[in-house]
Amino acid sequence: MTALLDRLLDRPVAPVAAPRTEKRRIRLDWIARHSIAIALAIMFLTPVVYLVLLSLMTSDQALTSDYWPNSWHPENYLKVFQATPLPHYLLNTMIYAVSATVLTLASSVPAAYALAKLKFRGRNLMFLTVICVMMLPPQVVTVPLYLMWARYGLTGSLWPLIIPTLFGDAFCIFLLRQFLLTIPSEYLDAARVDGCGEWRTLLRVVLPMARPGIAAAGLFQFFFCWNDYYGPLLYTSENESSWTLSLGLASFRTVHHVDWNLVTAATVLAMAPLIIIFFFAQRSFVQGITLTGFKG
Amino acid sequence: MGVRLRRGAITFSFLAPALIGIAAFFVYPLISAVYFSFTKFDLLSVPQWVGLDNYRRMADDPFLLQAVRNTLWMVAVFVPVRILGAIGLSMLLVQFKRGAGIYRTIFYLPALIPPVAATIAFVYLLKPGTGPVNHLLEMVGVDGPLWFNSPAWAKPSLVLLGLWGIGELMIIFLAAVLGVPESLYEAASLDGANAWHKFRSITLPTIRPVILFAAVTGVIYTLQYFDQAAVAGSIASGQATVGAGISQSFGYPEGSTFTYPLWLYTVGFRYSALGYANALAIALFAVALGVTVILLRRAKAFSGEES
Repeated sequence: MTALLDRLLDRPVAPVAAPRTEKRRIRLDWIARHSIAIALAIMFLTPVVYLVLLSLMTSDQALTSDYWPNSWHPENYLKVFQATPLPHYLLNTMIYAVSATVLTLASSVPAAYALAKLKFRGRNLMFLTVICVMMLPPQVVTVPLYLMWARYGLTGSLWPLIIPTLFGDAFCIFLLRQFLLTIPSEYLDAARVDGCGEWRTLLRVVLPMARPGIAAAGLFQFFFCWNDYYGPLLYTSENESSWTLSLGLASFRTVHHVDWNLVTAATVLAMAPLIIIFFFAQRSFVQGITLTGFKG
Repeated sequence: MGVRLRRGAITFSFLAPALIGIAAFFVYPLISAVYFSFTKFDLLSVPQWVGLDNYRRMADDPFLLQAVRNTLWMVAVFVPVRILGAIGLSMLLVQFKRGAGIYRTIFYLPALIPPVAATIAFVYLLKPGTGPVNHLLEMVGVDGPLWFNSPAWAKPSLVLLGLWGIGELMIIFLAAVLGVPESLYEAASLDGANAWHKFRSITLPTIRPVILFAAVTGVIYTLQYFDQAAVAGSIASGQATVGAGISQSFGYPEGSTFTYPLWLYTVGFRYSALGYANALAIALFAVALGVTVILLRRAKAFSGEES
């Protein structure tokens, strides 16, 4: 697993010992590959670069088909903080994403540990149920859940999004279980022989070893909440003071008819934290993604 | 017996939060949805039993037909295009001995961007009048399409948007492709196999389970496709709103982006036909469950066994 991850992240340079006649062909291949990759890289980067450029224009120039700002206006980013409810959206998004991440991890780790390392009757059934919940389109249970939260008077707030995270998240449980399976059971047996109870084994032995898996699961949850549009649309759209970034961005146009530069500045601000986090935690990401998909 | 009971209690203590969660946010709403699907009610009235009426209504609902068509279009086009794109990128990346890291990071980056932000970016990028894409096409003498403002091009535009965010699937395929033993390729080279041959007879069989995984998760993802379709419709039509109001711009232009989940949301939260919305939900559930069962029966990673 670790070896694969190393290769995924940084492929070691394999020594090439080719005869001279082969060298020309290899060089041509090299050029062809890099040309394709560079062309694709430009295509992948263009939308982001274009947004950033738009966000630095005047609002008049942003309405034209120019790509390059005539004059640079980084103060647009200040303006979007002062003249729009963006700080408020940002705060709501942070509240949602941070609390949901912490609570999801706290409630999912024990369940994932039980599914991966404890033997009990109904374990397969429980695991299958977790998979089904994970695969279930959220729209299936939307109406009954909405009615339930409405009955408790909690629609219009972030509570319907946060409270469920107290009770585990199917994707998080699945991801953590896959990671915990890679920890050899001998470590746990050793702890048990030393007289550790199951909870102590989990907290003292498993948690430190599972840190990369927990980091990956936490990051995914944080990103999911940060990006979530359907949940906030469903529960908070009736009350603007509970709106998150996704919701705010989607409705910016009505509030600020022509200020494309501000809309794009807000859009850049919504994605910047994610990209920064990614650069610091690339390894966890790649590991998490690999865990969810590669075993056939 | 006492020890066993104690062990059971400890195991239960690990599982309790998740069990409550599954009961309260999965089993309970699912059973309610089944019951509600046989009733008629709105936010102000009490459910009234109407038998199979809601399911019969599905048979002649022109909007539902359109939504099903659009969703099937997305399943038929988006799912295979995504898989081919991800395999293509991963096959390109494994070729590099040096520099793969930077390309991989760039290809992955868009997958991080919030769907709402990514959709806004694409609507600007593809804007018919002033967008840079049509500007570029014009420079090479091509009359660019209307993209998100054209009934024929709106769904292909969404597919492009989806391809841009292909990073996660690419990493999954990259891991699978890197897992193929180098010795197999070397042996094939000695036998004089060319690149396509090697791909066909070595890479493809090894990554077949991953293709199945990608197909199933892709179909599930497409069945619940909501955010991008909703936001693209509302921004491109120029009437961005939220709440029940957003459903007014759903499907823009001319219903071409009206997917199944959008119709479900509209029925439930704009028309408050909650009984009918639940019938639509149960139909969606049946399809999603069927697709999931295919994966569960085929993929080892999902079995309860330790792997």
